[in-house]
Amino acid sequence: MPLITIDDQQIEIAAGSTVMDAARAAGIYIPHFCYHKKLSIAASCRMCLIEVEKAPKPLPACATPVTDGMVVRSYSAKAVEAQKGVMEFLLINHPLDCPICDQGGECQLQDIAVGYGGVASRYAEAKRVVKEKDLGPLVATDMTRCIHCSRCVRFGQEIAGIMELGMPGRGEHTEVMPFLEHHVSSELSGNVIDLCPVGALTSKPFRFSARSWEMARRKGISPHDGLGSNLALQVKDNRVMRVTPVDNEAINECWLADRDRFSYQALNSAERLTRPMVKDGGRWVEVDWPKAMAFAAGALKVIRDTHGASAIGFIASPHQTVEELYLFQKLARALGCENIDSRIDRVDFSGRRDGVEWLGMAVTDLNKLDRVLLVASTVRKEQPLIAQRLRQAVKKGAQVNVVHCADDDLLCSVANKLIARPSDLVNILAQVAKAVGADIDGLSDVVVSDAARAMAASLKSGEKKAVLLGAVAQQHPAASELHVLAQAIAKATGATLGFLVDSANAVGAGVVGCRPRQGGLNAAAMFVAPKKAYVILGAEPELDAADSAVAHQALAGAELVIALSPFKTAGADYAQVMLPVAAYAETAGSYVNMEGRLQSWCAAIPPQGEARTAWKVLRVLGNQFGLAGFDQDSAEQVLAEALPEGEATVRARLNNEIADVTVAHLNAAAGIERLGDTAVYQLDAYSRRAPALQVTVDGQVGHAAMACGALIARLGLSEDKPVKVRQSDAEVVFKLMRDDRLPDNVVRLAGGLAAAVQLGPRFGPISLEKM
Amino acid sequence: MTLSAQSLLSADSLAQIDKEVAKYPADQKPSAVMAALRIAQVEKGWLAPATIESVAQYLGMPTIAVYEVATFYNMYQLEPCGRHKITVCTNLPCQLQGADTVADYLKQKLGIGFGETTPDGRFTLKEGECMGTCGSGPLCLHNNHTMHAHLSPETVDKLLDELK
Ligand code: SF4
Ligand code: FES
Ligand code: FES
Repeated sequence: MPLITIDDQQIEIAAGSTVMDAARAAGIYIPHFCYHKKLSIAASCRMCLIEVEKAPKPLPACATPVTDGMVVRSYSAKAVEAQKGVMEFLLINHPLDCPICDQGGECQLQDIAVGYGGVASRYAEAKRVVKEKDLGPLVATDMTRCIHCSRCVRFGQEIAGIMELGMPGRGEHTEVMPFLEHHVSSELSGNVIDLCPVGALTSKPFRFSARSWEMARRKGISPHDGLGSNLALQVKDNRVMRVTPVDNEAINECWLADRDRFSYQALNSAERLTRPMVKDGGRWVEVDWPKAMAFAAGALKVIRDTHGASAIGFIASPHQTVEELYLFQKLARALGCENIDSRIDRVDFSGRRDGVEWLGMAVTDLNKLDRVLLVASTVRKEQPLIAQRLRQAVKKGAQVNVVHCADDDLLCSVANKLIARPSDLVNILAQVAKAVGADIDGLSDVVVSDAARAMAASLKSGEKKAVLLGAVAQQHPAASELHVLAQAIAKATGATLGFLVDSANAVGAGVVGCRPRQGGLNAAAMFVAPKKAYVILGAEPELDAADSAVAHQALAGAELVIALSPFKTAGADYAQVMLPVAAYAETAGSYVNMEGRLQSWCAAIPPQGEARTAWKVLRVLGNQFGLAGFDQDSAEQVLAEALPEGEATVRARLNNEIADVTVAHLNAAAGIERLGDTAVYQLDAYSRRAPALQVTVDGQVGHAAMACGALIARLGLSEDKPVKVRQSDAEVVFKLMRDDRLPDNVVRLAGGLAAAVQLGPRFGPISLEKM
Repeated sequence: MTLSAQSLLSADSLAQIDKEVAKYPADQKPSAVMAALRIAQVEKGWLAPATIESVAQYLGMPTIAVYEVATFYNMYQLEPCGRHKITVCTNLPCQLQGADTVADYLKQKLGIGFGETTPDGRFTLKEGECMGTCGSGPLCLHNNHTMHAHLSPETVDKLLDELK
């Protein structure tokens, strides 16, 4: 390993590293703008010039490879002179508008100018002015401030996988912009806000609302996908003003998906429930907590005493904390009820599962995979940062094979793909299973296509492999068959079987027992055969459920629905009691992410209005019934009870195995069918209520019905026009959009949409009619 | 979403682009971007956004990346221009040989300035940089491809007459 000296400090560092790497490893700061640890080297800003012994000119530290015996001075007179020179040039065209710039106080240019800038400018000529660019609802631009470091451009190319921003023009006419007036549409677009070293790219929803030094940074965990991205909740006056990432190489690295970054808007939504409410003669009235609790407990007791505890259904959102979910199931069981579930969007619970489904490996292992089979996953929208990791793996030579119902662009090369209608999914996965020689019955009639054979060949080669089941595979009407096939393929190819868990604490929910045991009903069954009463924690089953119409009917027809929610719109039309509970940032709690990692946090802000932390509400409900074991004083105490050995308890319960499933659904249905995967910004109660996310390209597309051009033409419909969508007996009007990445006879209409509640199941026959 | 637009370029242009693409390794199609833009421009006269998009699609490149190239080089024409684009070199060696006289004569004869197009859409006049053949100045380039050297008012007259 080369040994080099920087500022009299000796550093040993791997050959091929740059002087910048060495300096960072030794904790020596060299000023820089274009350099970023996760991006390629551009060496365009020249701020990192250093003096190297025997080199005639100063060299850029970020682009100079180390050599043995190299002697570097980062702070010598020669180096500082060069750095000051660069600074002077950078400031020539930079506006002096720091007082009205959102980046003020956290601006690299500002900071470095303090150290290397002149007191006054020698440049008296007119400064360059750049016309504003409209990048959409998330990223605000002040392009006159741009210093052309190209970080935002490289981020698009290298991390987001889609080059939406570029630098057309030459010399001082260069401007950062998208092609024409396109909005950026990447689900990771907000990261350019952090990357931009100046105030050229800032957060639009946060704009002008606080100064960086006025806010406290409190740690949080993202409440959306199963990754568990680490958040810095930035708080002023007990309000979350914005969210930025906290570096965690094992999880989100230094990135955040837009959903993680902007969903905080929901915390301040006008739809927040701030006082307990009870329905009185069909009208909602605000009451105080004791009254609300007494009412809730009393009404529930009546149901239990007259119909038995099994007449109650307990449904929790998998985005609630471990503590809340633990007490929730404990309350249910203490009341003698086994109808407990958090898998609201699932239909197929057949087969024997022995544990909680999880990723099957560490998140960081994804980057090292050689072969991947992605089964029915809209991964870019489900777990945007997992898609990013797979992209990095592909860059290193991994082959990604895709079996899905839509040929979505993964923004990386895909080795083989098999795209088919939802009802044909079992068949195509069975082809792959047969082609790899999987040991599984019932495949004798399956005809293996060439594409399946090619996929099998890919999966049989390589060292580190994974078969990953996405959300569509888990929500699919034949989910267990897909599971058992994936398991067989994994076994035959030596791959790891993993689940791309789509909600923040789905693993935690399973581990603490938010699942029905012997004699209990799962979520779907609780709606199909309606219960007399429901207790709902954080969920909106009428949106999230596998069959929204059935769920809604069951809830509307129930004698009693007790809704514990941060939002008053959740359950307003069917609940009898609404208890305001703290949102994710307002409570101490823990999530278990898809790799089984337990992450806890403290409340960043107090609950809004009279809302209380949900675990306390559940504890008090337990007390109302006089139940034993509801006397915890703190979230830590609940956690210790829920997971006595912490992560070890979690790990002991993780298991992806399935048995006792027969593969039967090998024939595709005739006619047009729905693909109702969850739209990226409809995943949970928070993302649904973030206005900025809803108006993005993805947000808009999520509200439309999509079909391929061939189908639209055959039905005599026109794209971008309203269309009547009919499913079961219901009919709803949606905008029809064209997406040629969908197979024929498929209408993609997201699950989780308020407008689509009456339509019902996420999969199955659907039809389109002219208006 | 894909807007699977048919390429706006003619089969002939696409064949020419294919030839350029073939000069590079199979996985490095974007290397042919400059040639492809040139071919597209010859066909269309100028590079409209839709033309740039077609080139991007054909080479499998992000449109903005093609646009970067198109805006970097002078000879790519990003606005519509006349049938005959005349680019006069006005750098020093040409100036010393009378380029300014030639330029003034052209302006006066066509009744337009640099960067302008005659109302009949026949001529566009452009100011150019050194074309590397200073020994033959004053000179101009016709439609990016044909050079006319040793210009004088007389030769300019002749040239303009020839260009319908
Ligand atoms: S906008 Fe910001 S990140 Fe992008 S090139 Fe300009 S200064 Fe760099
Ligand atoms: S950081 Fe080295 S040149 Fe920009
Ligand atoms: S200066 Fe005109 S060609 Fe060189």
